[in-house]
Amino acid sequence: MNLNIAINTGSTTPIYKQITDQVRLAVATGKLNVGDQLPSVRAMAEELVVNPNTVGRAYTDLAHEGLIESRAGRGMFITRKRKMFTREEGRRRLEPLMEGLIGEAMVLDFTLSELREAFEKKLSQCQWNFAKGGNRNNE
Amino acid sequence: MNEQPVIRTSGLTRYFGAHPAVYELNLEVPRGGVFALLGRNGSGKSTTIRMLLGLLEPTRGGGSILGYDIRALPPEARARIGYLTEEHQLYGWMSVQECGDFQSRFYPTWNGKIFRGIIGHFSLRPTALVKSLSRGERAGLCLALTLAPEPELLILDDPAVGLDPVARRSLVESMIYLTRRSDRTIFFSTHQLPDVERVADHIAVLDHSVLRACCPLETFRNSVQQVRLRFPGAPPPLPKIPGLLQATRSEGELRVTCVHYNGATEAALRGLAPTQMEPVPISLEDAFISYLGDRGEKSFILSETEAQP
Repeated sequence: MNLNIAINTGSTTPIYKQITDQVRLAVATGKLNVGDQLPSVRAMAEELVVNPNTVGRAYTDLAHEGLIESRAGRGMFITRKRKMFTREEGRRRLEPLMEGLIGEAMVLDFTLSELREAFEKKLSQCQWNFAKGGNRNNE
Repeated sequence: MNEQPVIRTSGLTRYFGAHPAVYELNLEVPRGGVFALLGRNGSGKSTTIRMLLGLLEPTRGGGSILGYDIRALPPEARARIGYLTEEHQLYGWMSVQECGDFQSRFYPTWNGKIFRGIIGHFSLRPTALVKSLSRGERAGLCLALTLAPEPELLILDDPAVGLDPVARRSLVESMIYLTRRSDRTIFFSTHQLPDVERVADHIAVLDHSVLRACCPLETFRNSVQQVRLRFPGAPPPLPKIPGLLQATRSEGELRVTCVHYNGATEAALRGLAPTQMEPVPISLEDAFISYLGDRGEKSFILSETEAQP
């Protein structure tokens, strides 16, 4: 299994949340599939060099969400693919990225219409990759 | 699991002349896990540790460690405690392996596997002479000597001081290794907040000789919150807000950091009629710096029971 979790100390995101976020992302992007096993709490803690209770907390949260489940004596497994983020959380995450893009475009002397055009063009190129609106609100 | 705390002090106080180095300290360290003692230089961390180990007489107050009175620690209690100081006491003419062999004779519980594991972790050759070791290597050797007897309680006084990032990481890894046994407790003082973030379950914060927080790390993080308020013009003057730690103002913006942020805090801030008000996530380091900053109110203490909203 190729689960490269990166821990950032000094971040505004607590470590347990960095772990849950990255496991969710790995599931959403297909790096982790249903039935895949997660490392034990101890193994994950030693690999990431974090307190085992922090990993335990992350696993508990993921289990509460129904993303992983414990199988007696065998460890933690991915149960099903779930929508990763709520709409609100998604918007919150998108916001700084858009601000970054817009700021960068200003520095590069783009006019508003030039940026809009470039953005539209890019969007049309990757249209097929986007979620269909219809199956988004079925939580 | 034994619910009695491994360290407990009540009113522990130590004066140096007229100056209290530690004042009325009521500390409780639960059994199991990693407990970090934080505070600025001169806030009383080392004095606290030395009193806990019976190396320094309290002026008043007292405490217990593993259930024993700290004023009269018997050898059998000391044998269950590992203590690592900043000044590493080693014989320069011994080799790394000889240090281990020498130390092992004093401890019936000596675990050679742990000793070898940690010196390997710090890439120390067993045949290297102590006098030829770098600071980080000496720290690694001392850690191996302290951990090999598998102490029930490990007390580290600023173990990261002077270590390079690689040696510091090895130190943190060794601490995590030690938590394999859930009944083992690590109590350490440090300035390294990244390490604290990685390993600590609980923290205590000393500020000018006084305990200002003693709670789970997560409680501390959740209790210190920052809010950004926007205003059409210059932000209005701030009213009295309970638990205010820090307020920074700039053109059209006010950033307020509070402890125990709750409905009352929010109402007080809304009363300023900002056009926008939103929480700003902050890092542990920023939370800590705000907490110990000079500007804020200092009448509160964060504790496990108090911090719940």
